[in-house]
Amino acid sequence: MKDSELNINRVDWIAVTIYFALVIIGWFNIYATVYDSQLEKSIFDFSINSGKQLVRIGVAIGLITVIMVADYRFFENLSLVIYLFFLLILIVTPVLGKEVNGQILSIGFGEFRIQPGEFAKFATALALAKVMERPTFDLAKKQYQFIAFGVLLIPVALILLQPDTGTAMVYFSLLLMFYREGLPQWYYVLGFGMIAVTLLGLGIENNLYLAGAIALLTAILIFLGRRSWQRTIAFSLIAIGLIAYIYSIDFVVSKLPPHQQNRIMVLFNPDLDPLGVGWNVTQSKIAIGSGGLFGKGYLEGTQTKFDFVPEQHTDFIFCTLGEEFGWIGSLVVIGLFSGLLYRLVIMAERQKTRFSRIYGYGVVSILLFHFMINIAMTIGLFPVVGIPLPFFSYGGSSLWSFTVLLFIFIKLDSSRASQLGRIS
Amino acid sequence: MKDQRPVVILIIIFLVSAILLVKLFMIQVLDDSFMKKAERNAIQRIVDHPYRGLVYDRNGKLMVFNNPIFDLMVVPKEFNIQDTAQFCQLFKISKEDLIAGYSAAKKYSSVKPSPLIKQISTTDFARIQDFLVDYPGLFIMTRSVRSYPLPSASHALGYIGEINGNQLEKDTLKYYSQGDYVGLSGLEKFYENELRGRKGVKYKMVNVRGIDKGPFKDGEYDTASVAGKNITSTIDLELQRYGEMLMNGKTGSVVAIEPKTGEILAMISAPFYDPNELTGAEFGKTYKKLNNDKAKPLFNRPIMATYPPGSIFKIVQSLIGLQEGILTPSSTFACNRSLVACHNHPSPVNLFGAIRNSCNPYYHQAFRQIINQEVSTNTFKDTEIGLNSWREKVLKFGLGGPLGLDMSGEKGGDIPSSKLYDRVYGQGRWKYSTIYSLSIGQGEMQVTPLQMANLAAIFANKGYYYTPHLVKAIDGDASQIPGKFQIKHEVGIDAHHFDLIQDAMAEALYGTANRAIIKDLVIAGKTGTAQNPHGEDHSVFIAFAPKDNPKIAIAVYVENAGWGGRAAASTASLMIEKYIKGEITRPELQEYVLAGNFIY
Repeated sequence: MKDSELNINRVDWIAVTIYFALVIIGWFNIYATVYDSQLEKSIFDFSINSGKQLVRIGVAIGLITVIMVADYRFFENLSLVIYLFFLLILIVTPVLGKEVNGQILSIGFGEFRIQPGEFAKFATALALAKVMERPTFDLAKKQYQFIAFGVLLIPVALILLQPDTGTAMVYFSLLLMFYREGLPQWYYVLGFGMIAVTLLGLGIENNLYLAGAIALLTAILIFLGRRSWQRTIAFSLIAIGLIAYIYSIDFVVSKLPPHQQNRIMVLFNPDLDPLGVGWNVTQSKIAIGSGGLFGKGYLEGTQTKFDFVPEQHTDFIFCTLGEEFGWIGSLVVIGLFSGLLYRLVIMAERQKTRFSRIYGYGVVSILLFHFMINIAMTIGLFPVVGIPLPFFSYGGSSLWSFTVLLFIFIKLDSSRASQLGRIS
Repeated sequence: MKDQRPVVILIIIFLVSAILLVKLFMIQVLDDSFMKKAERNAIQRIVDHPYRGLVYDRNGKLMVFNNPIFDLMVVPKEFNIQDTAQFCQLFKISKEDLIAGYSAAKKYSSVKPSPLIKQISTTDFARIQDFLVDYPGLFIMTRSVRSYPLPSASHALGYIGEINGNQLEKDTLKYYSQGDYVGLSGLEKFYENELRGRKGVKYKMVNVRGIDKGPFKDGEYDTASVAGKNITSTIDLELQRYGEMLMNGKTGSVVAIEPKTGEILAMISAPFYDPNELTGAEFGKTYKKLNNDKAKPLFNRPIMATYPPGSIFKIVQSLIGLQEGILTPSSTFACNRSLVACHNHPSPVNLFGAIRNSCNPYYHQAFRQIINQEVSTNTFKDTEIGLNSWREKVLKFGLGGPLGLDMSGEKGGDIPSSKLYDRVYGQGRWKYSTIYSLSIGQGEMQVTPLQMANLAAIFANKGYYYTPHLVKAIDGDASQIPGKFQIKHEVGIDAHHFDLIQDAMAEALYGTANRAIIKDLVIAGKTGTAQNPHGEDHSVFIAFAPKDNPKIAIAVYVENAGWGGRAAASTASLMIEKYIKGEITRPELQEYVLAGNFIY
């Protein structure tokens, strides 16, 4: 089994280095969120979050070792088994899991708990890579689209049962990988068009202006094109449908749970209720904004202590960085993230098997989505959804699932010389 | 077509990063409104010191309370003054003190507050308050000092003082911080956890200038301080005061115990000091003065000074002899002064007479029978076995080790075992003639005044004692006192053996301590004289009263006052009268004790 052994020279050290840089910076930031000058506890103190996170980093290194010494064919051959295993866990989680704030996210015994929704991400990416690797698989064809979306939507449906909208959204990031693998472009045009219309519908106070604009645009399109009655009717029906959709948005929003409604409304007007619903975003922006160009210095932050920003060590960890290291700190971390993503795209493109490439793009898609949405929400560019910043946020499930996700690909990449070229 | 798609994906990654960085640049660098908002958002953590518990005497009289004082605190990192001279003038501090205080604070921590000027008076506080706003990094912390309505019971109550570096290091729970006051001796130390209460923390929103903007998040994170628990002491303040009056100007100890409960009614260590002097700003100076005093006023004699028990120990010897069956009430020995010196009394004597007359040769001979029971034919071996078995019985009387009262620093005294003599003389090279001094409570034997008072309680109780203690109830609840003070200790002597002892002790007053006799109150007592190689012997007396229903057991030590029948017996008798009758019917005896001229 010579080719199953780890060939250290083939490991992509750029990706590994960026990974560790992010984990270590994240760890120091977790300490900053709990640091209290009155108590002066060491960063290694296991009674505080930084100490606990250090243990989790240790476990993550253990996971990396296991992945790197395993046979690369393991992931390919067992991908569907892994996928089904996590689906099963997702099914039993609402029954056996622990309820916190009306959500059942985690499962486990006593202190040891994991969030299967986090781990199902890499399992889904593996499963998609497996079903899509066949040479005949073509995303331009309906039956294959059906299979791909099926594999994607089953975990989404199960996660929505928990319910965890934020994590469920992450799975749709894999549409980026579908794009690379040939899903027709008009899907994206349509999709982004609908999102744009939705945002406009939410953002513009009086829907009449938007309806008028659509009517006018349709009239111009009808007038400019071939004026057949079929075409006129088709365009008019689309326009009427769009206008109906715009008016239905307000209705749908009013039916959403209040906390989700609020998150949407705050996006368009964060000053709406700065001490109530807008608290998270307002405090988060104050923290980051007060950092200036160079920041206030490590452990010198004033806004990211005492829970000024709620959940500052998990989903809002970026605030601490922004406050204490300023724009330069943000630049470095965003640079590291985009550098890692760039590297992963290059790595994905050099794979010899379709399986590895698809999985690689799966990793890129999931990391990009987390990175983009998490930072965007801390600076008020996106509604607050509870998703962690990869490698940074406090918590075992998040760190371990991203580590496994990334290092399976690094393993596949390091073994690419021994894989048979099956690129179609 | 497909080949462009990776490039599109790279462009998306680039665009996402660029958008995030531009937006961050806008809010972090271009827009300074967030920085201003953050300044309005600063939180201050303010420690709320709880009131330390009060101490009452057994009759509900206040012994210790709290007086508010104000400390000026400094956070070195934020502290910055332009005009030092003006500052010194405003705050009434010399430039040297300012520099010293500031560097001490900085040495401790540059971000944590340390006291700069301690214990500002109320008037100064009112004056300073107005200037404080102009000096960042300074604030006033209110706390309280201990005060004592009557300058009494200083050793028992103990004192509080600033926590030292060593204690801070040992405080693994990180409860204390620099400048906190902790109990350093007496009750204050032993019941520190009960008395201190729990510190609270308040988070306040303040703007950059430190102006209060109200509690942070409506006080959601605040914890209220919890006042310390009040302690009811077992001390009878009246009796304590009276004893201190009697002992004033002398050196020695008085310990009075309620025999049935082990509660300490009075505990006097002379010379004493005014506990009010060891509080507040004067603490350091007073402590140094007291510590250097040759009379050692800080030395807590009742539990720290050890003396040979002397003649009083003969009672213990009698009880062991009776229990062993070696002595009976009718056992008679001649007063053979060739063995050991004695004083004039009829000879021979039985056990009753031996106690009454404190006959030394009697115990020399009786103790030989206790030690040499001929368990072994080897006289050396026999003595060793006998001594160790005897020691076991003596230890049951609460001797030879600390009793474990609720005070730290208690000495245990010493009851020698064979190991001591083996070390000094070599194994198998000592026998009864080496150790016979033990028979009359001399030699290698040491006890504390507290242990002697406890002996008196044992005699009063006919064979049991409760560990002496100073606290009756915590927060008014008697069950909260440590459980060890509620355990009855049997000394292993049958109760009926005490009848003869009690009778003899009552009778002994007529032989050795006439001054102690009160007409209508039967006192059982025994004099002793602790030999002092450095000067006059120490006068010792133990007693309990009334004999048939003992309410008080007492031990009195007056150093360098000679024979026990004078100074100690008189003092004990007055204390007993004061406690039981509440008044003194013998002013001439009181005058005699106050005059303190016992050697003649």
